[in-house]
Amino acid sequence: MGDESGPGDLPPVLKDEAVPNLRSRDDRGSEAAVVFPIKRHALRGIAAVLFSALLSAHAYAIPQGTSVFSRDATPASGSFSLQLFVYTITIGIFIVVGSLGAYAVVKFRAKPGDEKAEPVQIFGSNQIELSWTIIPVLIVVVLFLTTARMIFAIQDTHEPGNSIKVTAIGHQFWWEFQYPQYGFTTANELHVPVSDPKDPTPTYLKLGSADVVHSFWVPRLAGKTDMIPGHPNEMWIDPSKPGMYEGQCSQFCGTEHAKMLLRVYVQSRTDFDAWVKNQQTDAVATEEQGKRVFESQACINCHAVKGTIANGRYGPDLTHLMSRDTIAAGAAENTPDNLRRWVENPEVFKSGSNMPAMNLTPEQLTQVTAYLATLK
Amino acid sequence: MSDSALPMPGGGVRDVTPERPSTGHTVAGYPVRETFLEKAHSWVVTVDHKKLGIMYIVYSLLFLVVAGIEAMVIRIQLAVPHNTFVSPQVYNRVFTMHGTTMVFFVGMPILIGFANYLIPLMIGARDMAFPRLNAFSFWMTALGGILLYYSFIGGVGLSNAGSAPDVGWFAYAPLTSKAFSRGHSTDYWALSLTISGVGSIGAAINMIATTICMRCKGMTMFRLPLLAWLYVVQAALILVAIGPLTAAQIMLMVDRYLGGHFFDTQAGGSAYIWMHFFWIFGHPEVYVLVLPAFAFANEIIPTFSRKAIFGYPAMVAASVAIGFVSLGVWAHHMFTVGMTSVSNAFFALSTMLVAVPTGIKIFNWIATMWGGKIRFATAMIFCVAFVFQFLISGLTGIILSVAPVDWQLHNSYFVVAHFHYVLVGGILFTIFGAIYYWYPKMTGRMLDEKLGKIHFWIFLIGFHLTFDFMHIPGFLGMPRHIYTYEPDRGWNTLNMIVSCGAVFQSVAIAIFVYNLVYSYFKGAEAGADPWDAWTLEWATTSPPPAYNFATEPIVGSRRPLWDLKHPDDLDSQWE
Repeated sequence: MGDESGPGDLPPVLKDEAVPNLRSRDDRGSEAAVVFPIKRHALRGIAAVLFSALLSAHAYAIPQGTSVFSRDATPASGSFSLQLFVYTITIGIFIVVGSLGAYAVVKFRAKPGDEKAEPVQIFGSNQIELSWTIIPVLIVVVLFLTTARMIFAIQDTHEPGNSIKVTAIGHQFWWEFQYPQYGFTTANELHVPVSDPKDPTPTYLKLGSADVVHSFWVPRLAGKTDMIPGHPNEMWIDPSKPGMYEGQCSQFCGTEHAKMLLRVYVQSRTDFDAWVKNQQTDAVATEEQGKRVFESQACINCHAVKGTIANGRYGPDLTHLMSRDTIAAGAAENTPDNLRRWVENPEVFKSGSNMPAMNLTPEQLTQVTAYLATLK
Repeated sequence: MSDSALPMPGGGVRDVTPERPSTGHTVAGYPVRETFLEKAHSWVVTVDHKKLGIMYIVYSLLFLVVAGIEAMVIRIQLAVPHNTFVSPQVYNRVFTMHGTTMVFFVGMPILIGFANYLIPLMIGARDMAFPRLNAFSFWMTALGGILLYYSFIGGVGLSNAGSAPDVGWFAYAPLTSKAFSRGHSTDYWALSLTISGVGSIGAAINMIATTICMRCKGMTMFRLPLLAWLYVVQAALILVAIGPLTAAQIMLMVDRYLGGHFFDTQAGGSAYIWMHFFWIFGHPEVYVLVLPAFAFANEIIPTFSRKAIFGYPAMVAASVAIGFVSLGVWAHHMFTVGMTSVSNAFFALSTMLVAVPTGIKIFNWIATMWGGKIRFATAMIFCVAFVFQFLISGLTGIILSVAPVDWQLHNSYFVVAHFHYVLVGGILFTIFGAIYYWYPKMTGRMLDEKLGKIHFWIFLIGFHLTFDFMHIPGFLGMPRHIYTYEPDRGWNTLNMIVSCGAVFQSVAIAIFVYNLVYSYFKGAEAGADPWDAWTLEWATTSPPPAYNFATEPIVGSRRPLWDLKHPDDLDSQWE
């Protein structure tokens, strides 16, 4: 596969072009059916239908945003090439062993008259046993060496000096991202710069958890790593293409595990720097009424807004809330209307969320929403 | 064949007149009592391995239906994105109960039930080594299941599905701590598994003792039916595996009620230790479930291929090897928890190595069919499907053993599809095969073959619709344990297909249950040996008398009934 192939592309053999070939083969099958017994044709037809069903399932898979078939970043691309290798081996084994089995089942079925005498009793053969022990051992050796090499290549890297450092902390049911180099904290939407292969600027993530075990998984960037309280983990990503990459928590963490969604924005260096600059500033709020409501209610026990008295750490940092595309860890789009509904009653988007309904009056709601909308 | 004298080649017939209590008259050795209450009483107080075996099996089949209904709830909820069929809380309870029930109250007891029923018959014994321990084990297992399901009505009551456990079947700490799991749901989970664990350990001790000590004359370890061999390995694994689980449950209860901090991460406890404890149980557990599946295939495939099992010594060696290797693979469930690269490489290698003895088994089954005259009775077609499906699940297992691939696929629907392929495509298929094969022995009546074939084909279609297509959402990044999903991820159609397959499976199970009941009353008479088989259980009547054999059988080979049927071609000359 060439470098220019898109995300999640499949090897040429699985592309749509293969289908017409298959069909023409099927046609030849139907001509042959005149000569051969009908059974063979039927089998071939079924195989063709099944295979094209599989193909369409794959074709349908290609445009998806969370596919594990990705070359957009290392280490995901390393996993992908290893996947191709493993799938080839396992499919090969399946074809060989499966055909042996199918042959035995079809060929040695009892025929009329067979019940009169038992077949020849064969008790075994050491040579044969030895051969089907040694060949699998050899396959295991090859597979293990390839695997070990990739494990060490991904795990035992040295962090370059110009890497971006992020501390990611899992919470029930949202993500906290701290940028210690830049001195700010954000939530749910991670921004990283695209990495130039000539001068890579990978992002190194330190993973932790504030409560239970979570798992950080953005399939198109890297495999998952768990976030375990009291057991800090590390992972890295080196994305080569700008774009928005989706993922979600992949270790069951409680009621709203399903709505602990995650986004990674891979940006050009200039966009990333501009984003960082904005995140570093204090909140500029002009909505005094809404601010007063926000600060006099329990909101500030959990939420922080930099530059104000709000410094709660239990919930997401709201300093630049409006710079995010989603709220409630991806459960809803970040629009003023959704914000209002969310503050009024979090259950509308996420029934098991730890954010309580604040029982604000409609007037207070309007004011708070207006205040939040200024947190750009 | 009558239940009196059993002449065996290579040995005489000992005249042992059974002494039975003379309360009322007896039919097939069981005393016939007058009232229903007395009949029920006789089942409750029984220490007879056959009655206990049947109770284990019936108990498990009831839970199979219950956990199957839970699976249907899961599939209805996931059929379309953003579904609101059940609330997140109820969904989490349902998948936890589905997993826990299927492993501990369907898989374990039904397999132990078959062991109970078959091992003494197959080795020519009159009962298990410790009949009372046997009854105790069954009732402990039963108590565990009842306690688990009491959670639905205990606690806060029926609303919101009671306080059924909602922490997933592997219940990672600290989600199970008092801070995150309020109420008693986790207590029901921990206590019921502790109790049923006691039952499993009792059953395992009994199986080993029976197989080692109760074999009839001439039944050396290398003439043991492969089924018994596999159960010895299985029982050894139970003994090793259940201990850590029980220990972990006790530590969890200490944490929850006595102020312990084993898993309390906020007080310096370790979430990591729970994972190790759980999976050092959890992985051998997979083999605890799958070895009996091999055991059934080892009996059924030769009988219907009309050939001796190919490579008996290799099969024994492979089983023992699987037993040992399976003790060293548990951390392949933990490739993503941040182990060192060396640990990851070690567990990748040990996991790949399991493929070797497992491969030997698959090759030997194919070689057994090779050159045979295969009769496709329902029991056999289930086992043939098993061989192919188990091959596929083994290969997806190899894919998952490759750690960098597992980092992607771990906890995704690919994994869910993989282990359901093992548990349903492997184990449940052979359990169905075993029921079609031994039901005549247990009840004296044949299961209806026509219904059986319908059951097979509908179940096969449902199985493949569900679990073949379930692999793909895993490739597309769908994690497990989610009660709903976003509609733009490309998972919609696939989930709908998976759910449709589940409907087929339910229909098939309904047909199967109908067949079980219908054939119990209306099935054809089975006779002692309906399949023309070769192991000792077919030498006695169907159902066997309470004492199994009137005279202790004496065997001269692995297939005593082959010798009996072919006195001019004794197996012993070839073994």
